[in-house]
Amino acid sequence: MKPSKKIGSKIYMILLMIFFYLPILYTIIFSFNSSRSLTRFGGFSLRWYEKMFHDATMMESIFYTIAIAILATVISTFIGTITAIGLSKTNRILKAIAEQVNDLPIMNPEIVTGIGLLMFFSALGVRKGFLTLLLAHIMFCTPYVILSIAPKLRSLDPNLADAALDLGATPWQALTKVIVPQIMPGILSGALIAFTMSFDDFIISYFVTGNGVNNISILVYTMSKRINPSINALSTLIIVIITVVLLLVNIIPIIKQKKERKQHEA
Amino acid sequence: MRQFKNMAYPYMIWISVMIVVPMLMIIMYAFTKHGNDVATFWFTFENFSYFFSDIIFINVLKQSLYIAVVTTLICIVLGYPAAYIMANSKEKNKVLLMLLITFPTWINMLVRTYAWMGILQDNGILHNILTSLGLEIKLLHTDFAVILGMVYNFIPFMILQIYTSLTKMDKSLLEAASDLGADKVQCFLRVTFPLSLPGVISGITLVFLPAMSSFFIPKLLGGGQYVLIGNVIESQFLTAGNWNFGSAISLIMAVIIMISMYITKKIESKNGIEKGRTAN
Repeated sequence: MKPSKKIGSKIYMILLMIFFYLPILYTIIFSFNSSRSLTRFGGFSLRWYEKMFHDATMMESIFYTIAIAILATVISTFIGTITAIGLSKTNRILKAIAEQVNDLPIMNPEIVTGIGLLMFFSALGVRKGFLTLLLAHIMFCTPYVILSIAPKLRSLDPNLADAALDLGATPWQALTKVIVPQIMPGILSGALIAFTMSFDDFIISYFVTGNGVNNISILVYTMSKRINPSINALSTLIIVIITVVLLLVNIIPIIKQKKERKQHEA
Repeated sequence: MRQFKNMAYPYMIWISVMIVVPMLMIIMYAFTKHGNDVATFWFTFENFSYFFSDIIFINVLKQSLYIAVVTTLICIVLGYPAAYIMANSKEKNKVLLMLLITFPTWINMLVRTYAWMGILQDNGILHNILTSLGLEIKLLHTDFAVILGMVYNFIPFMILQIYTSLTKMDKSLLEAASDLGADKVQCFLRVTFPLSLPGVISGITLVFLPAMSSFFIPKLLGGGQYVLIGNVIESQFLTAGNWNFGSAISLIMAVIIMISMYITKKIESKNGIEKGRTAN
């Protein structure tokens, strides 16, 4: 009975993986299709990539997506870190309220957040576009940064910063030399979540942007109404970018560790 | 150390402006009449009565609930075995499986959903396989396609939640149960499954909520005529321009989601109490 059960679970997991990866493989394969068809592979060609790189709106959307993702990541990581440290020192009631509100954008359906921001920005009379998109992205990224830093702060010895201050460190030094290095893993994973959240966002972006400022997701959505194989080329580009980012994030710490180990040995 | 606490205040101002004010605006718009002028504030239930008096909207609501419930159930039925297999595999395989399951979730949902359009299309891969088996059925622009798209996008959340609760479980409980004469099925039904319920519940939250409010999956895989509650909200805001009605619908949706979550949590705690009783 046991081996058959094992084979059963293996087959199940393989089927599940086929289900997970079929669309990704499909996208990559058909981005190299020489024909226009989305169903029949006519031979290898790079024509859709060529078309993509000559398409101004597509290139613009790639630029906006990356620019917004980088800016939103840097800003929300900075705000998130400062706030998480601040919250860990405030009184319990204030902290509880802040945490509740912080959870709102995570618990709310994204479409609700999106329409709320849409009405908010237009009530203020802000022109929809790059700025509204960036503000919205900072808004929904920061809670995740705080959530990934908070547990690291909880496990941090509270006397550590006090000790630094007693030994003559300025608060700024205590912060940057003692606290921040200790919670660095949390900050980095928060930044990674922020980057991918911003890079992939569709729903909130779709409601808050305007005046021709589109990210990749919005472009795919608006273009999907007609057959356009260069979407597959664009999608493949996204898959490659995300894969590279994930690889870098996972590999860099390993290389660093190895280097440090070597230094220790030497 | 006290001086650091001031660092949280800027963000508190920021969230009250960027999170709380927009939420209040939705509520305000839902209870006021048409016209985007804040100054002429007119309290009314008209938006809600308009929604509930129109059979079309009621049907859209029913259909959205149906799709979301079916999606959630399928995610549990397909996701539980996957999480169980993962939790019981070797340490090395665990890492690999975790990586394989999470990787697609890092890639843009829209891109992955768009790919299904090509796969499900007439003469697409799946359609051709089924036709060669003698099953000529339309796949794209059906309930099936929409549910498939939702299950595809949301099942990783379910698997990971159940997996986490399964790995947190104290394995010695299983040993105790089998020492006391429980067979494998009993062990699973009376020990493993009840202990993994919190994971299932948080999985339900993570699947039901986006399934209920999704609008691009029905649009891409259901076709232009396919309307769920999210599509109604989208069109009220971006094409019809009736923000009051749109706000009212999103409020209705939010309330339904909250009630569903409340019922799910109630069922869980009730189960917990009953278990406590039988244990005594």
